[in-house]
Amino acid sequence: MAKVKAIGGMAGIFLEEHKVVAAARKVREHGFTKFDAISPYPIHGMEEACGIKRSGIPYVTFAAGIFGLLAALALVYYTSVVSWPINIGGKPMFSLPAFIPIMFELTVLFAALCSVAAMFVLCKMPKIDPPVIDKDLTCHKFAIFIPENDVGYDTERIEKMLKEFGAIEVKKVAEY
Amino acid sequence: MNQSTNQPMKRTPLIIGHKSLKEITDDICAPVERFPSKGWMALFVGAKTLFLFYILTIAMVVSTGMGLLGTNHPVAWGTMIITFVFWVGIGHAGTLISAILFLFRQKWRTSVARSAEAMTVFAVMTAGIFPLIHTGRPWLDFWLFPYPNQRGPLWVNFRSPLLWDVFAVSTYATVSTVFWFVGMIPDLATLKDRAKNKIRRTIYGALSLGWKGTAKNWSHYEMVYLILAGLSTPLVLSVHTIVSFDFAVSNLPGWHTTIFPPYFVAGAIFSGFAMVITLMTLIRIGWPKFKDYITIDHMEVMNKIIMMTGLMVGYAYGTEFLIAWYSGNIYEQYVFFVSRAFGPYAWSYWIMIFCNVVVPQIFWFRKFRRSIPVMFVVSIFVNIGMWFERFVITVTSLHRDFLPSNWGQYAWSMYDTAILFGSFGMFFTIFLLYLRVFPAISIAEIKPVRNVGQDNEGGH
Repeated sequence: MAKVKAIGGMAGIFLEEHKVVAAARKVREHGFTKFDAISPYPIHGMEEACGIKRSGIPYVTFAAGIFGLLAALALVYYTSVVSWPINIGGKPMFSLPAFIPIMFELTVLFAALCSVAAMFVLCKMPKIDPPVIDKDLTCHKFAIFIPENDVGYDTERIEKMLKEFGAIEVKKVAEY
Repeated sequence: MNQSTNQPMKRTPLIIGHKSLKEITDDICAPVERFPSKGWMALFVGAKTLFLFYILTIAMVVSTGMGLLGTNHPVAWGTMIITFVFWVGIGHAGTLISAILFLFRQKWRTSVARSAEAMTVFAVMTAGIFPLIHTGRPWLDFWLFPYPNQRGPLWVNFRSPLLWDVFAVSTYATVSTVFWFVGMIPDLATLKDRAKNKIRRTIYGALSLGWKGTAKNWSHYEMVYLILAGLSTPLVLSVHTIVSFDFAVSNLPGWHTTIFPPYFVAGAIFSGFAMVITLMTLIRIGWPKFKDYITIDHMEVMNKIIMMTGLMVGYAYGTEFLIAWYSGNIYEQYVFFVSRAFGPYAWSYWIMIFCNVVVPQIFWFRKFRRSIPVMFVVSIFVNIGMWFERFVITVTSLHRDFLPSNWGQYAWSMYDTAILFGSFGMFFTIFLLYLRVFPAISIAEIKPVRNVGQDNEGGH
């Protein structure tokens, strides 16, 4: 696998939730598209401010659930009807009601595990030793990061802009 | 929650004290980052000793054989099955709190969800051992799973509730562990960033899987959390339903009842909340800082749930009698009206009624709902009562069936006692270790609700 080139950029650190949401909205209005906001907890309204589309994970969940259901049906059908048909309590070989619990459990199992796997893929996890902009970003600080490959990237302009939006500190990040 | 006396419609704060984000992180991470206290050490040494004793007991039962336990004809299901159902039931409250209350947007769940869910995972782990030993030859337990084998075309019986149980409990253990762990990823990143030494940083860094906390990540994360909550909700209801099928699908009077699924689920939530109260009381004593997060209001709400589910369980006990009478079936009537309430095991029946139906009625009074000593004692009573409920269902139904020549008693042995008490050693050892290793309250989830009930700071 080719090594992905590390992308640097500029990051502004904020101390207050409402300021970082407002800043994200304004950064977007300034024409930046690849920027991201970093916060220690999910912020209500941040997705809308950053222009993030609804996560596509539910489609994965649905597909995996259907797959799990059909896989369970195939398993019980093959084992109980084809491979080893045996009369139990006079029930028909294909006794669907008795198979419902297995089908339900495997539906849930596949849907849940595949949803989590989809999240890992979309969030590019697991990642060994990810770059850290500021150690307090998982505690009480917020940040807006603008990568250097974004439209209209200009160090001085971004520094001025982020300061204006209320950033207490703007720093250059070598890799994020 | 709405308990303030002067303004009845106003919400009370979910977190006491006007905490900053930094203070919340510091408070919750503190128990993981400092040297263990004497109280913790004392509990841990006790639990660990009991756990070692448990391992020894299991070794003896496995090496000598099931004959050490009191299970025999006609009571062929004993401690193993009773205690299995007991621990699986305990597990239900965790998923109820973390998934169902999440879907209902009950914000108070946030403070207790993490530990309740840990309790679920550990209770299911404890429970899972029992059926494996109950098979008598645990080294052949992989036969429980359908896999192509060389014993001819020989498959498991998919029409058997016991096999449904294998699938239900293993799926439940997997999904609730994943749910618990996914919920912890952002907090593990917090612990990594706070780490003072390299080993700590490496371990928590590996566990946090490289979480960065960007808005895009949070968007996917919140979606997965919602989906897992949505999937866990029917799952948790299905698990105890299927456990109840183990009994209900048979023809034995006392087991052959359609009320079993809802009755078992209500009982499971009842016992699970009692265990949550027991554990939270201990956490509040051990770490006084946590009283600001797990407030007396949180405890009161859980006590209300205990009282309500206790009433549901009591109602189910009554319904069983009604249906036995209404069925006109003499065997059914015998089991309920003669054998269960007045037979040789009547003492266990009345312990169950006293602990599960009578004792929780004390929670009608607000003063007792908000009293830590009272709720601790009640929670212990409920747990004893719920163990006896499973004892009553299993043993009293089996010991008197259709033919008087087939009647007998359960020969309870000291190994039954050892295995029952030993399982608590396993559970508490794991739970105490959890408290020292992972943040016991979700840091990332508690921060967004810190202003609830605090009007002047943007709360509502």
